[in-house]
Parts: sequence; structure tokens; C-alpha cells
Amino acid sequence: MAETTTAPAKVAVSMTVNGKQYTAEVEPRMLLVHFLRETLGLTGTHVGCDTSSCGACVVHMNGESVKSCTVLAVQADGAEITTIEGLGQDGQLHPVQEGFWEMHGLQCGYCTPGMIMTGAALLKRNPNPTEEEIRHALEGNLCRCTGYQNIVRAIQYAADKMRG
Amino acid sequence: MFPSAFEYHRPSSVQEAVQLLANNPEAKVLAGGHSLLPAMKLRLAAPAALVDIGRIPGLRGIQVSGDGSVVIGALTTYLDLLDSGELRQGYPIIAETANVVGDPHVRARGTLGGSLAHCDPAADFTAVMLALNASVKAVGTGGERIIPVDDLFVGLLTTSLNPDEIITEIHLPAVGGRKLGMAYEKHAHPASGYAVVGVAAVIEIDGNTAKSVRIGVTGAPEYAKRATAAENALTGQQLTADAIAQAANVATEGLGELNGDVYASPEYRAHLVRVMTRRALTRAAGLS
Ligand SMILES: Cc1cc2nc3c(=O)[nH]c(=O)nc-3n(C[C@H](O)[C@H](O)[C@H](O)COP(=O)(O)OP(=O)(O)OC[C@H]3O[C@@H](n4cnc5c(N)ncnc54)[C@H](O)[C@@H]3O)c2cc1C
Ligand code: FES
Ligand code: FES
Repeated sequence: MAETTTAPAKVAVSMTVNGKQYTAEVEPRMLLVHFLRETLGLTGTHVGCDTSSCGACVVHMNGESVKSCTVLAVQADGAEITTIEGLGQDGQLHPVQEGFWEMHGLQCGYCTPGMIMTGAALLKRNPNPTEEEIRHALEGNLCRCTGYQNIVRAIQYAADKMRG
Repeated sequence: MFPSAFEYHRPSSVQEAVQLLANNPEAKVLAGGHSLLPAMKLRLAAPAALVDIGRIPGLRGIQVSGDGSVVIGALTTYLDLLDSGELRQGYPIIAETANVVGDPHVRARGTLGGSLAHCDPAADFTAVMLALNASVKAVGTGGERIIPVDDLFVGLLTTSLNPDEIITEIHLPAVGGRKLGMAYEKHAHPASGYAVVGVAAVIEIDGNTAKSVRIGVTGAPEYAKRATAAENALTGQQLTADAIAQAANVATEGLGELNGDVYASPEYRAHLVRVMTRRALTRAAGLS
């Protein structure tokens, strides 16, 4: 069969990202992570793998953490998205961000946006997690530098702080 | 990495969706996308069109009817299953299993219907739904039918669904007056998190006796299957550690040739099936 040169029709999507409404025409195959990084210029969300394994791309979609490399932009049409850029409020770091700072939860920083978004989603569901629960929640996030100890401590720090 | 290009359809009803499938033999259903999109990103799959059923109303949620039977919408996510207080009552194995599928992000997107339709040899819920004697409602252009999960899985990544059929519901029989013990044991691959071997056991307990036994095995066989030899060995027996060990010893009989890869040889998987059948039965029987 001859290669067809007509690209499939583009699709209009609109979504709220970090509280701001965006509308764009996208190719159906565009992944949410590329929409965020390339169309919107929000490069805080990272791509660390091709296999949906590493979690560097984690954002919140309608309140739950998702791997934005495994969601099509068209699937996120109408959704509320929060990325690492939108986590802190009013110029203040989110407690999980502060925890990574205080507890040295990062080295190279590549995995950090996904780790922070995952930690923040965990604390919303479970404000008082055990160490085991924190490690279970991090099973979809890989870090090649830290050995995870300080990432766990960073999330514990945030949990303590958020419970006051 | 981008998937190759495809036409995108977002039907608003099941009827519209199955018509699109009937008209586009090259099209695939998109549910949570957590098996299909990874395959498309690696270009292991390149469907010409996707029929996104993700927004069809009425396909997500859990309903327990008056007689205690349960209907789970195909688009119900693992997270929904994990959060369901109603399911925890009669079917604690469902939350137990949902909690060990993938990671939190996978659980937020992946669906029960997608897992059963995909029939991955290392999936978890295939084995659990076999053990629970579940069935699915399939809707196609020719109408709807009920398929027992026993007849749904027929090969590697292959089900008995017709190409224009969509799973809309998963049905669980009522617990009723029965006393059911149930447990899922998973040996997860340390890197992928998928099941190297998973064993789900459901025992109907009458006094101290196993009135009926259903065991689903995933990871080891070509696709999820029941361990009927072990089921038969335990049925009608007193639930003792000895009887369970004897049943577990024959757990690989009838499973066919077992999978092998660099991580786990067929022999190792066979060993795991026996060990995990014993553990699942022991917990289901309330002996641990
Ligand atoms: C990182 C990662 C880890 C994972 N770990 C595990 C694990 O430990 N255990 C496990 O069991 N799974 C695991 N999965 C797979 C996950 O559970 C998938 O969500 C599931 O296998 C498919 O469900 P889906 O809704 O995502 O389906 P999709 O990916 O959308 O579809 C999968 C297939 O089923 C078809 N399909 C989907 N829904 C229907 C329907 N209602 N009717 C007819 N056909 C349909 C599609 O056409 C496609 O062929 C993992 C996935 C990832 C990305
Ligand atoms: S980039 Fe999404 S999981 Fe690795
Ligand atoms: S800090 Fe380098 S990958 Fe995590």
C-alpha cells in the first residue's frame, strides 16, 4: 500500500493548566507531556523514558497523579492539570518542594518534578503515611542518583509540616 | 517518543463506538491507554484509528444490586476499585489486587475492562476474575452477550471478543449466604512490577470444609488459566495445611507450557506457582 501523505485531522483541545485556560489544535498522537512542554512551554515536566516506567513526567490530572507521557493530549481535553510550575502558591514553595530542599531530596534533579508531584498526590490521599506507604507510592518513579532515602525523608518532612 | 499517526474518534455512546469499530477494521478501542499507548509509543502497535471510549457515560462505576451481585463498569479504574467500600465488604481480594497493579499513576488511569480485554499474560485481574467466577457483558453491532471470564481468555493477548465488540460491564455473582475466603498472591517482577506469577484463590467454606474452590493463575501460563487440578484436589476436603499443600503440589497440572525469560525460567515459574498457590489457599482458608 502506498504511504498516505494526508495527516489525520487535527483535534481541538482545551484544558486548564495551573489555573489558566488553554485551547489549541493538536495532532491526535500528541502526548500530554509534549503538549505541556512544547505547546505551552512548561518544561518543568520531564521525559525520562520511552516505556512509561520512570515517572519523570508525572502531573496531576483532575486531582490524581498520572504519567503525562502515557496520556494523549486529546484524552486530557477538558481536564484540570497541575504541573510542577503550578504546585507552589503565591510565591511560596509547596511543603513537598520545601521538604526536598530541606532534606536534600535531589542530586541531579531530573526525577524531582515527578517525585514532588507524586509526593503531593500521596499526601492529599493519605496525610499521615508510613514509610512503607511512601515507598509503595514511589514505585512508579525512578531516581538514578539519590537512593531514595532522602526522597522519603522529604515527603515525611512535608507530611509533618502539612499536619501542622 | 510519539506513536505513529492515527485517526481519532470520540464516540458518545456504545452504539456509536461499535459502529465505528465495525466500519474501521483497522481501529482499536482506547480505554485507559496504559497498555495500548506504551505499545504504540514503541511502535509495537500502530492502529490506523483509535476509538476513545473514555468519555462514554455510564461505563464507569460500581453497583451492588439488592441480591448482592455486583456490576462494575468497564471504565472503572484500579483507583476506583481500591476506593470502593462496597467491594471491600464481599470482595476484599479486589482492593488487595488493585493495590499491587503497577504504581499509583497506572492505577489512576488503567481500567478493569481494559485489563481483561488486553489479556496480558502478566496481568493481575485476569487471574482474580477467573477465581471470582466473573463474567463480562460484551456489546457489538449484532447485540449484546454475556461471556463468562472462563471463556474470555483464549490465547496470548487474545480474547473471544469479536473485533466490533466492547466490554461494557464486569459482573460478579452475589456472595449471598456463602462464606467466601479469598486471597491474591503476587510475585512482582522487580523492574516492571508486572506479575512473574500471580495466584488468586477463592474458597467457599462450609464449616471446616472446602465446598468449592476456584484458583486463577497468571504470569506462568500462556494466558491466565484456572488451576483445575488443584481446585479438584481441595474440593470437599477439610481445610488443613496438609490438604492445601497436596492441592498446591498439583497446581501446574493442566496449565500447558509455562513462560520463560531471562528473569524466570519455566521451571522457576512452576515452583512459584506451587508456592504461591499454597500461600493463597492458606490465606483464603483463614489458616495464616
Ligand atoms: C508502568 C506500567 C505498569 C503496569 N503494571 C501492571 C501490573 O502490575 N499488573 C497489571 O495487571 N497491569 C499492569 N499494567 C497495565 C495496566 O493495568 C493497563 O491499564 C491495563 O492492562 C489495560 O487497561 P487500559 O484501560 O489501560 O486499556 P488500554 O490500554 O486502553 O487498552 C488495552 C487493550 O484492550 C482493548 N480494550 C480496552 N478496553 C476495552 C473494552 N472495554 N472493550 C474491548 N476492548 C477494550 C484496547 O483496544 C487495547 O487493545 C501496567 C501498565 C504500565 C504502563
Ligand atoms: S517519561 Fe513518563 S514514565 Fe518515563
Ligand atoms: S536526583 Fe538524579 S535522577 Fe533523581
